Amino acid sequence: MRRRRYLSRLLLAATGVCTLAVLTPLVMILYRVAREGAGALNWTFLTHLPTPPGESGGGMGNAVVGTLEMLAVALAVGLPLGLAGALYTAELGRERLAGVVRFAADVLTGVPTIVTGLFVYALVVVPMRRFSALAGGLALAMILLPITLRAGEEALRAVPASYREAALALGASRGRMWRGVLLPAARRGLIAAALLGVMRTAGETAPLLLTSLNNSQWNLRLGRPMASLTVQIYTYATGPYDDWHQQAWAAALLLLLLVGGLAVVARWWSGRGEAA
Amino acid sequence: MQAGAAARRERPKRREGDAGSGWLLRGLAAVVPLLTLGVGAQLYWGSAAARRAFGWGFLTGSTWDPVFEHFGAWPFLFGTLFTTAVALVLAAPLGVAVAIFLSEVAPRRVRVWLGGLVELLAVVPSVVYGLWGMVVLVPWLRQTLEPWLGAHLGWLPLFQGPAYGVGFLAAGLVLALMVLPFVVSMALEAMRAVPVAQREAGLALGATRWEVVQHIVLPAARGGIGGGVLLAVGRALGETMAVTMLIGNRPAVSASLFAPGYTLASIIANEFTEATSALYTASLVELGLILFGLTLVVNLAARMLLKPRGAAA
Repeated sequence: MRRRRYLSRLLLAATGVCTLAVLTPLVMILYRVAREGAGALNWTFLTHLPTPPGESGGGMGNAVVGTLEMLAVALAVGLPLGLAGALYTAELGRERLAGVVRFAADVLTGVPTIVTGLFVYALVVVPMRRFSALAGGLALAMILLPITLRAGEEALRAVPASYREAALALGASRGRMWRGVLLPAARRGLIAAALLGVMRTAGETAPLLLTSLNNSQWNLRLGRPMASLTVQIYTYATGPYDDWHQQAWAAALLLLLLVGGLAVVARWWSGRGEAA
Repeated sequence: MQAGAAARRERPKRREGDAGSGWLLRGLAAVVPLLTLGVGAQLYWGSAAARRAFGWGFLTGSTWDPVFEHFGAWPFLFGTLFTTAVALVLAAPLGVAVAIFLSEVAPRRVRVWLGGLVELLAVVPSVVYGLWGMVVLVPWLRQTLEPWLGAHLGWLPLFQGPAYGVGFLAAGLVLALMVLPFVVSMALEAMRAVPVAQREAGLALGATRWEVVQHIVLPAARGGIGGGVLLAVGRALGETMAVTMLIGNRPAVSASLFAPGYTLASIIANEFTEATSALYTASLVELGLILFGLTLVVNLAARMLLKPRGAAA
């Protein structure tokens, strides 16, 4: 008996050691990004263009703008579709099509993002005969869409059936009930779903390599290639210059702050939603 | 539309008003299956030229020669499977151990905090893992870990050959870190769903806490753990940037963890925009098709294992 108890303690303690072992690299990464990035993350970095290879100085202003603009495109396209899909699967979920939609969303979530890039390349880049921010944004939208759909569905399902029944009993049509009761009641969860989608999308690099490519100049036009933080990190990290590596760290820090900030906000929103 | 206006003024004519919004929703929702089908169809048609030129031999061919236009997928397929296996061997047991700790050992508050940290692993962008791997992990592997492994375990083919730093080991290690949260969150969810009464029953019968974990919690959480592991495999197969930055990008097949290699996703990322001929492009698309097929099968299996949870929905 003593041996068994001893073994139990030992093995449970070992799981704690595993947890520490797993979190150590995470802490190392965060620390490294913070330390190296903080030195190079300054106003020049945020507002200036990259310098030609080999010259020091400059920044990634265009990549910051590019990332935000392509995320905006992804949201503008992916969010309405994702929320409509969520409403459909949550409310008319018994239909056969709803099962198909859910299934397809799960498959789409699992598609490697580089493959999404291949698809959007064929669909947008080839007909336009040019890499473009539009293609990049659409690739990101395709990644955001199924994530938002499934998370949104869950948020809508969390609204008690009595809300719906009360609205219908008052004579509201189903559409009226959705707009007037269901969507407002699930607002927090839906916002959290959208944030989750953006969070998962903001750090994407692979699909952008095949769609928006990169750009060393300022560009706001959707029809042109566009710089992004992630592609710029990749380019600079694999490049030979120390100055580039510094900037890659700064961009990594900025990206982590953006994504981490969204994660915190999403957690907070959804947490509050549960409490309410 | 008329019906909608009428519904607002007079008595609700539910049928018509509802049918309108229902069809709009159906139309919008149908975009998702269409996209998914579109991905598969595009990969299939886009790779037609390569499939015609090389047939099934494409899967086993090990030359990749853009100059003479001879293409084979084997080095990339091998690299993808090998790095995924390395990641899985590390991430599956570690992930389950972390889940046991969070679910069975840690107090609630610790669970929330550490659980949040583990989730943060999934939030760090792939390219940031790659950057860290290049700057921190690869030099350490080259100078410390790989020579040490070679000296002590060098009799295994896995640990033979020169220490490059970049290679299957570097890519596999970082992949393990990246996919671990999938194992942990699914396993944790399944373990938390095991009723406390069952644990208490085990303890009352004289089992130790570990025996409760081993004989009650883990068997009950089997589906969730398996599903989480498969989701992690699906991720690892398709992960692109971190692997591209760490694997060394050399289309070679080697049994050594220290050797550089290449994966399906990496070569698409590196060469697709520079592919010059139609056959070259089609071959890269066919690599994408293989990757799509692999992840599809794995994710479907994961979905089946996790089904009991989704079926209620």
